[in-house]
Amino acid sequence: MNLASLTIDMARSAVQERKTTALALAEEHYARIQHEDEKIGAFLTLCKERALEQADRVDRMAAEGKTLPPLGGVPVAIKDVMSTRGVRTTAGSKSLEHYIPPYDCTAVTRLEAAGAVVLGKTNCDEFAMGSSNENSAYRPVHNPRDLTRVPGGSSGGSAAAVAADMAVMALGSDTGGSIRQPASFCGVVGLMPTYGRVSRYGLIAFASSLDHIGPLTKTVKDAATVLRTIAGRDPMDSTSADVPVSDYVSELDKPVRGLKLGVAKEYFGEGLDDEVRQAVESAIDTLRRAGCEIVPVSLPHTPYAIPTYYLIATAEASANLARYDGVRYGYRAPGVKTLSEMYRRTRDQGFGAEVKRRIMLGTYALSAGYYDAYYLKAQKVRTLLARDFEEAFRNVDAIVTPTSPTAAFRLGEKSDDPLSMYLADIYTVTADLAGIPGISIPCGVTKENLPIGLQILGKHFDEATILRVAHAYEQTQIGS
Amino acid sequence: MKVKEKDVAYVADLANLELTGEERTGMVRDLNSILDYVERLNELDTSNVEPMAQVSDRYGVDESKQGSDRFVYAYREDVLEGLRKSLSQEAALENAPDADGTFFRVPKVIER
Repeated sequence: MNLASLTIDMARSAVQERKTTALALAEEHYARIQHEDEKIGAFLTLCKERALEQADRVDRMAAEGKTLPPLGGVPVAIKDVMSTRGVRTTAGSKSLEHYIPPYDCTAVTRLEAAGAVVLGKTNCDEFAMGSSNENSAYRPVHNPRDLTRVPGGSSGGSAAAVAADMAVMALGSDTGGSIRQPASFCGVVGLMPTYGRVSRYGLIAFASSLDHIGPLTKTVKDAATVLRTIAGRDPMDSTSADVPVSDYVSELDKPVRGLKLGVAKEYFGEGLDDEVRQAVESAIDTLRRAGCEIVPVSLPHTPYAIPTYYLIATAEASANLARYDGVRYGYRAPGVKTLSEMYRRTRDQGFGAEVKRRIMLGTYALSAGYYDAYYLKAQKVRTLLARDFEEAFRNVDAIVTPTSPTAAFRLGEKSDDPLSMYLADIYTVTADLAGIPGISIPCGVTKENLPIGLQILGKHFDEATILRVAHAYEQTQIGS
Repeated sequence: MKVKEKDVAYVADLANLELTGEERTGMVRDLNSILDYVERLNELDTSNVEPMAQVSDRYGVDESKQGSDRFVYAYREDVLEGLRKSLSQEAALENAPDADGTFFRVPKVIER
C-alpha cells in the first residue's frame, strides 16, 4: 500500500474491505521506519509485539465482517511523554531511560479502544521542554522536509513521524506550542484542544495548568476523527471537563460563509519572516474568498505572553519535577553516601541543561522574596491575556495568525541562546495560557521549500469551528 | 546583574540540584538574561487584576455555582480502589533503583 498521504479513513477502509490487513499495514510502516528513521530519529522505542497483537485483533474483527471502530487498523505513534503499560517511556530524559510504566495514559487507551495500532514512542525535547527537539537526551530529530533543519518541538518526533509517513497519525502534547509549532515546521496538521478537553491521565507532567494532549495528522478530518475519539471526561483526571463532545467530523462540512475571522496586528509585527507573512496573508485572502468575513481584532497584551509563560511554566515544572529523586523509579546516581547527596547528584546527572535551567528559573520565581514580583505578577498578566481573547471572541468566531514567525531553522542555530529559542513560540503560547484551542495547518512553502503553518484559534470548547475553518481552507488547496 | 553566583547556589540548594562549577557560571548568565527579559511585565499595572492560576474554573463549568461547587462532577467517593485497582506491591517496586521486595532502599538518612 502507498503510505504517502495515507489517511485514517483510507487505512481503516482498506482493512475493513480486506484490501489489506492491519498486520500488513503495521509491517509496512515498520519497514518504512527501518528504512527512513535512522536519518530522521523520530522514534525512541518501537513496540512491535503490542502493535501486532492489536493488528491481529482488528483483522479478526474485519474477517468476521464486523464494522471496525473509527481507527480500526490505523498505525499510530505516541509522543514519549505518554505512559504506555509495559513499554518504555522516557520523556526524552536520561532520568527515565529504563522506566516501564505500570499503566496506560487514557488518551492511548481510547485510541486503542478505537482500533489504533500503536507502533512506538516518539522522540521529543526532554520533559517536553524545547522548541527544536534538540533537548532530547537521546538524539535530535531531523526535519523530513530538510534534514539539516529541526522538526520543531517539543513534539518533533511525532510531527516528523507523520510527515515522513512512518505513522498515519501521532499524539503530541502542547504546553507552549509543542503540537502546533512542529506541525507547522514539518508541514502536517496539529491540533491543541481546549484545556480540559482531553484527559491528561498518564501524561508525564510538565506544567499542569498548561499541558494539553492532541493529534498530529495528515488532514484536518483526521484531526477531527482523533479528537472525537480521545476527548471527554475521564474520572482519572479531575481537570478533564464535564462538557459534551461534539461530532467534530460531521460538523466539518458545515459552510464557513459568514463566519467572522479575526486578524490581530500583534501577530504580524517585528520578527515575522516576510515569506511567512505573505503565505499567511494569502491564506487569509483565500478564506475571505470562501465567504468568511475578515475582522481586525486587538490582542494588546500579546508582547507579554512569552515572559508570562516562562515564569508560570517553569514554576509549575519546578514543582512537578521534584518527584525525580531516584527513590521509586528512574535514574539514581551511583556511589552516593547520604540521601541528600543522592537527590542532588541524581538530579544533576539525570536532567539535561534546559531542564535544569527551567527548574532553576521556576524555583527562583517561587522563592521567598521573589514570589510576588515574578510568579504572582505573571499570574495577573495571564488574566489580562485571557481577557484579550474574551474581548476579541465577542466579535469573531475564530482568529487566524501565523503559527510560528519563521519556517524551520537549522539544527544548532538557536541552541546556544535559550531566549531566542523561547521566541519561536511567540504566536503559540498565548493560547496555552488562555486555555483556548488552536490548530496549525500547512499554508504553503518558502522558496527553500520549507512548510509554513497557518494557526486558527477558537473559543473554549469550540474545536468544531476551528476544524471547520481549517477544513475549508484545506479543501481549497487540494491539487494546487 | 540581578542574580549572582551565591543566589544560584541558594536556588540550586532549594531545587536539590548539585550543579558543577561550570554549570553555575552558565546559570548566572542565562538566568540574568531571562530575568532581564521578563522585566517587561512591570510595564503593566496589575494592581486591580486577579491572578489566574488555572483556566478550569472559568470555562466549561456551571457558572451559576461558586468555588469548588463548580467541580461537583469531579467528586468521588473516598474509598479504597474507588476508581481503579491499586498497583500491587510488586508492580510498584518494579521500577525502583533499589528495593528489597517490601521497601524502597535508600542511603542513610542520618549520619552517625
